Amino acid sequence: MSETTSSKHVSFLQYKGKYKGILGWILSTDHKRVGLLYLYTMLVFFSLAAILGLLMKLQLIAPGYTIMGPQTYNAMFTVHGIIMIFIIVVPGLPAVFGNFFLPIMIGAKDVAFPRLNLASWWIYVIGILVVLTSQFVGGWPDTGWTFYAPYSFQTPANVLPALFGAFILGFSSILTGINFVVTVHRMRAPGMSWFKMPLFPWTLYATAWVQILATPVIGITLLLTVMERVLGVGVFDPALGGDPILYQHLFWIYSHPAVYIMILPGMGAISEILPVFSQKRIYGYKAIVLSSLAIAFVGYFVWGHHMFTSGMSGRALYAFSFLTFIVAIPSAIKVFNWVSTMYKGSLNLQTPFYWATSFIFVFMIGGLTGLVLGSLATNVHVHDTHFVVAHFHFIVFGGTGFSFMAALHYWFPKMFGRMYDANWANTGWAVFFSGFLTLYLPMFYLGIQGMPRRYYDYLPEFHGGNIISSLGAILMIAGAMIIIVNLVRSSRHGQKTSDKNPWGGRTLEWETDTPPTLENWDEIPNVTEEPYEYK
Amino acid sequence: MSQEKHHIMSYTTHLIVLGVLLILTAVSVAVTSLELGALSTLVAMLIAGVKAAIVLVWFMHLKFDNKLYTIFTVFVLVLFLLVLYVTFFDYSYR
Repeated sequence: MSETTSSKHVSFLQYKGKYKGILGWILSTDHKRVGLLYLYTMLVFFSLAAILGLLMKLQLIAPGYTIMGPQTYNAMFTVHGIIMIFIIVVPGLPAVFGNFFLPIMIGAKDVAFPRLNLASWWIYVIGILVVLTSQFVGGWPDTGWTFYAPYSFQTPANVLPALFGAFILGFSSILTGINFVVTVHRMRAPGMSWFKMPLFPWTLYATAWVQILATPVIGITLLLTVMERVLGVGVFDPALGGDPILYQHLFWIYSHPAVYIMILPGMGAISEILPVFSQKRIYGYKAIVLSSLAIAFVGYFVWGHHMFTSGMSGRALYAFSFLTFIVAIPSAIKVFNWVSTMYKGSLNLQTPFYWATSFIFVFMIGGLTGLVLGSLATNVHVHDTHFVVAHFHFIVFGGTGFSFMAALHYWFPKMFGRMYDANWANTGWAVFFSGFLTLYLPMFYLGIQGMPRRYYDYLPEFHGGNIISSLGAILMIAGAMIIIVNLVRSSRHGQKTSDKNPWGGRTLEWETDTPPTLENWDEIPNVTEEPYEYK
Repeated sequence: MSQEKHHIMSYTTHLIVLGVLLILTAVSVAVTSLELGALSTLVAMLIAGVKAAIVLVWFMHLKFDNKLYTIFTVFVLVLFLLVLYVTFFDYSYR
C-alpha cells in the first residue's frame, strides 16, 4: 500500500493519503477506489453509447431517412458496439465489483498486485482515449464492432484508432485477470478452502482464466488487421492468398469466450443475491462452481456458431453446432439451482431481488433463442437478421446489464455507506424492464419475418414491429435515467447507514465496516463455516 | 514465499539452451525450402512448440518450480492445442 496510513478506522471514501482531491483517486492503489474509478468511467460511456442506441432506434421508427443517413447509421452501430463491448461489458462486473469485493470476500486486504491493478485502469483509460480519437480525428469507423475482414482493411473509414484502442483495452483485461488469479490462489483467508469460497469469487476466478488465455488472440488478430491495412501483408486478403474466414476464426476464438467473460461474473453476483433474499442456503453450491468452470472451458470451443453461413466446412458446422448445445447444459444447471434456491425460501422483495429474478427471465429467453441460432437449419434463416440482435441483447444486455444492476443495488450500501431511495429504485427497475422487453421482443419477430440487421432502412411490412421497438427504447432510456439519477443522488445524499449487514448476508463482505476501511480488516478473519449457511 | 527454494541455473545451461534455440530457428528456416505441402504448417508449429517448451522449462524455471505451475501450463497448452485442432478441423475438410 503506497498511501500513508493516518487512521485505520476511516472509511476508504474519507481516507486522506499521500495525494489529495482527484489525485487521491486516480493515483490510489486501493482496490475499492480502483473499482469505483471503473464504475464512474463506465457510467459516462454507457450513457454515451445508450444515447447512440436510442438515436438508431429513432432512425428506425419509420422507413427511409428519419434522422440520419446510411453512413451515419453504420458509424453509429459501430461506435455503439465498440463502446458497449470493449469499454462496458467486457471489463464489466470484474472491473467494478471484482475489484471492490474480491479481496473483501476472500478476507484479504487488497488484490495481490495493487499497483498493477491501478495500471490496469490507466491502460483502460488510455485505450478509451485512443478509441475516441477515431471519433474526432478522421471520421467514425463503419465496420461494426467485429472489424470483419476484408472490409476492415478496405474501407476508407477511420478504422485504425478503433483497432489500436481495442488492442490496448485487451491489456487491461489481461492484467486484471492475472491479478485475480494470483489473488484467489495466494490471498484467501485462513480456513477458506476452495469449496468454502463464495460463488462470486469463484466466477471471477473462472473468468480471469478466460481473460488471460483468450484476450491475447484478439490482440494478435487486431494487430494483424492493422498490418493488413498498413502493410498489406495478405494474411486475410484473398487477393494475396489470405483467408478472410481465418479472421473470423481468430476473432471469435476470443470473442465467444468473451461472452463468458461478460456473463460468468454476472452469474456469480446472482448466486450471491438469491440466497440472501431467499434467506436460504444456495442450492447445489458445488454444481454451480463446477458449471462455472465447465462454461469457461467448453466456451472456448463454440466460436464457430458465429460463422455458420461464412463458408466453413460441413463437418466443422456439425461439430460447432454440437458443442454449442453442450455449453447450454452448465448454463441451465445454474438456472435450476437459482430457482431451487428460491423454492420455499423466505423471499425478501427488495430491488436487488427484482433485478436478479428479471435477470433469470431475460437470460432464459436469451439462452433458449441461442439454441435456435445454434441449430444449423434454423440459423441459416435467421442469420444476420434482427433475431440475432434481439438474442444478443437478451444475453449481453439482459445477462450482464441486469446482473450488473442487481449487483449495484445489492452492494450499494456497503460501497457508499448510504442507502438509495427504494421506491425510485423499484420504479426505475419496473420502467426499465418493461422498456427492455418492449424494445427487444419485437426484434425476434422482425428477424423471423426477414428484416436484416445493420440497415438504416427497411421494407414497409416491418414498420409495425419497429414502432413498438423504438417506443420500447424510449421507455427503457427513461428507466435508465431514473435508476442513474437515483443512485448518483443517493451516493451523495442518500440516508447514511453504518449497518454492516443490511440484507442479512452470510459472506465476508457483510462483516466489514460500512463503507469498508482502507485495509478492509483490522484482523484477517478465520473462516470456519461454508458460505450461505442460513439456519 | 520466503520458504520456497530459488534455483540458480548455471551460465553453461543458459548457453546450451540458447544454442539449441538458435539451431531450431535455423532448422525452421531450412524446412521452408522443403516442399512439404500441407505439412509445412504442422512442422513449423512443432518446432515452435519445442522451442517454447525449452523456454518454459529452463529459462522460465518450470522444471525447478512448484508442480502446480507445471499442471497449469500443461492445461493451457492442451487448451491451445484443442483450439488449433478445432480450427484446422474446418480447414482440412473444406
